[in-house]
Amino acid sequence: MTTLTEAPPPLAPAAPGRRPPRRRGRLVPYWLLLPGILWLLLFFALPMVYQASTSVQTGSLEQGYKVTWHFAAYGDALSAYWPQFLRSVVYAAVATLLCLLLGYPLAYLIAFRAGRWRNLVMIMVIAPFFTTFLIRTLAWKTILADDGPVVHTLTSLHVLDLTDWLGWTAGDRVLATPLAVVCGLTYNFLPFMILPLYTSLERIDGRLHEAAGDLYAKPFTTFRKVTFPLSMPGVVSGTLLTFIPAAGDYVNAELLGSTDTRMVGNVIQAQFLRVLDYPTAAALSFILMAAILLMVTFYIRKSGTEDLV
Amino acid sequence: MEQYEPDRLSPAQVAAMRRSLRNGRASLTRRSLLRACAGGALATGGLGALGACGIPPAGDTRGGVSAQDHSAEEKVVHFSNWTEYIDVDDSGKHHPTLDTFRRRTGITVKYTEDINDNNEFFAKIKPQLAAGQDTGRDLVVLTDWLAARLIRLGWAQKLDPSHLPHAFANLSDQFRSPDWDPGRAYSYPWQGISTVIAYNKKALDGIEVKSVSDLLDNPRLKGRVGFLSEMRDSIGMTLLDMGKDPARFTDDDFDAVIARLQKAVDKGQIRRFTGNDYTSDLTKGDFAACLAWAGDVVQLKADSPDVDFVIPDSGYMTSTDNLLIPNKARHKTNAERLIDFFYEPEQAAALSAYVNYVSPVEGVKPYLAKIDESAADNPLIIPDQAMAAKSHAFRSLSTEEETAYESKFAKLTGA
Repeated sequence: MTTLTEAPPPLAPAAPGRRPPRRRGRLVPYWLLLPGILWLLLFFALPMVYQASTSVQTGSLEQGYKVTWHFAAYGDALSAYWPQFLRSVVYAAVATLLCLLLGYPLAYLIAFRAGRWRNLVMIMVIAPFFTTFLIRTLAWKTILADDGPVVHTLTSLHVLDLTDWLGWTAGDRVLATPLAVVCGLTYNFLPFMILPLYTSLERIDGRLHEAAGDLYAKPFTTFRKVTFPLSMPGVVSGTLLTFIPAAGDYVNAELLGSTDTRMVGNVIQAQFLRVLDYPTAAALSFILMAAILLMVTFYIRKSGTEDLV
Repeated sequence: MEQYEPDRLSPAQVAAMRRSLRNGRASLTRRSLLRACAGGALATGGLGALGACGIPPAGDTRGGVSAQDHSAEEKVVHFSNWTEYIDVDDSGKHHPTLDTFRRRTGITVKYTEDINDNNEFFAKIKPQLAAGQDTGRDLVVLTDWLAARLIRLGWAQKLDPSHLPHAFANLSDQFRSPDWDPGRAYSYPWQGISTVIAYNKKALDGIEVKSVSDLLDNPRLKGRVGFLSEMRDSIGMTLLDMGKDPARFTDDDFDAVIARLQKAVDKGQIRRFTGNDYTSDLTKGDFAACLAWAGDVVQLKADSPDVDFVIPDSGYMTSTDNLLIPNKARHKTNAERLIDFFYEPEQAAALSAYVNYVSPVEGVKPYLAKIDESAADNPLIIPDQAMAAKSHAFRSLSTEEETAYESKFAKLTGA
C-alpha cells in the first residue's frame, strides 16, 4: 500500500460531480483484498462459528439441537478419547521426523548436485500427486501384503522380530500395525517436506560454501555452520506442513491400520457420520485445533527462526 | 542450535543474504504468524452470536412433504444411486433398462451415481431435508436402516399404490413387511444384500471355517480375520451365532455381542473392521476369512478361483437397499413409474444379470435364465427355499438405541 509522505498537490478545480482521482487510488488495495477477505469470512470464519456453536449444543435429530452452553462436551471428549489424541501426536511427530530425515538429503541433492537433472528429479518428487491420495494409500496395501516380497525380506532379516518386540508390528505382518500407518503418513506427506526444503536450500549462494572451504571448514562443519542454519526456514515450514495435516489425517489409519491405531481424525469421522453425535465431533475438532495451535506456537518460538519460507 | 554469525560478512553481503531469504514472499514471519494465530484465537473465542445457531427439530413432517408434482409437464426423473449398481452396455455409457423406460414412457432418467456411503450421503442431504427444501433428487437408493431413519424423521414421501401395480404384485414375500415400513408404504427394495462368510482357500490352507465362532475363536486364524464396519452386519451375524434373533434382541444381548467381539479384538484375532475395501484383503490372502457381502463374493469368485463363501448354519443377515422419494421431490409420479418399471420381472432380470445382488422381484428366474443360466441357479442372486429360510433381518432401532449402539460399536472398532 502506498503511503503519502507529502501533502497532495492542490487540486485543480474539478468538474462538479467528479470525484478527485486520488481517492479511488487509495481504496484500490482494499478492493483487491476484498475477494480474499470474503473468501476467508465465508469459508473459514463462518464455519468456525458454526462449529463452535455445534460443540456447545445438545439435542438429537428428532428434537433438534439447541445451544445450551454444554461445555462439558469438551471434558467428556478429552477424557474418552485422549489415547487417540496422544496417538495422533506421536504418529504425526514420528512421520515428520522420518520425512525430515528422508527429505533433507534429497532436497540437498536436488538443490546442489542434480545439475541438469534437477527438473526431472523435481517432477519425480511431485509425480505421485498425479494420482489421488486414496489410490496412493491403497497401493501400500499391495506393497506391504503379508505374502509380498517386502514382508518376506523383512522377516528373513529378522527386522520384524525387532519391531514386534518394540510393539510397532504384530507377528509376521506389517499391515494393520502402527508401523504401516506411520509409513503411510511419511510417504503421503514427504513432498510437503521436500518442496520448502528445496526452496530454502536453492537460495543459498554456492559461494558461501566455497568461502567456508577457503576458511578450512570441513564439509561437515560447512553443513553444520552454514548450510543448515540458512535452511532453517525451510525446515520449519516443511515440518509444519507435514505435522499439521498428518496429525489430523484419518485415511492412513483407516486403510493401513487396525483397531489399536485409530487416530483422532477417525474418531471425529465416526462421531460425525456414524454415531451422529455432532457436539462431540465439533468439540474434538476444536480440541485438535487448539492442541496443534499450541504446539506450533511453541515450536516456532523455540526454533528461533524469523522467516517461514 | 548454533547461530550463523553474520558480523563476519560485509554489510553488502548481509544485505544480499537477507534479500535472498526474503525476496517478496518471505513477508510471512514468525511474528506475523503468531499475531495471526492470536487474532484467530480471539475471533473464535469471543463469540457472542453462538446462541443464535442451532438445528430445528425434524419430527413435525411425519408422512412426508410433497411439492407440486411437475411430472406431467417435465418428462424427467432425477435418480441417485450407488456406483456400479445398474446395468450398462458395452460402451459403458448407456443403461439399457433406463433406455427401455424412456422409449416406453417418454420419461428421461437423469441417472447420477453419487452415493458412496450411507452415512456420507445422509450428511449431504440432511441440511436440505431438515430445512424442508428440495434435494434435487426424485429417487434415492438407501440401505434399510437409513431408509428407516428418513421415514422416521418424516423426510420421505408416501407412495401412491395406484402407480405401483407390478411392484405390489411381484415383491418377494421375504421383503414385504419390514418393521420400519410395514406394507411398504414409503419404500421398495432395489436389491437385497446378504452378508455371508467368505474365505480364501489358499490362505486358509485346510483350516475349516463354517461359522462366526470359527472366525472369532480359531487361534490359527489370529490376525487374519476381517469384520465389517457396518454395525448391523457384524453384530447381526454374531447375534445369530450366539443363538439370538437379530429381529428381536435386547440391550443385554447387544452388550454380550460387543463383549464377545471385544475379546477377539483384544486377542488380536480380528485384523480390521472394513468397508468395501475388504475385497482386496481377501483376494491377496491378508484376510483368510471375513464377513462379506454376497454380491461382491459372486464377482470375486468369478475373478479369483481361491475365493469362496459359506452360509453359517445359524443363518445369515439380509438387508435391502431401498428406493425412496425424498420430500419436496418435483417428479413424484415419474419416480413411482420408474419403481414400478423395475418390478416387471423382465426388467428386474436384466438388472440382476448385471449387478449380482439378491433380486427382490418374484418370477425373475425364467427371464434371468434366458440371459445367464448360471446366475439364475445361484442362490446368492435368487435364493432357494433353504437359503431364504436362513435369512434374517436386523430390527429397526429408535434414535436413542441407534446412537447408543453405534457409539459402543465405534468404541469396539477403535474410534
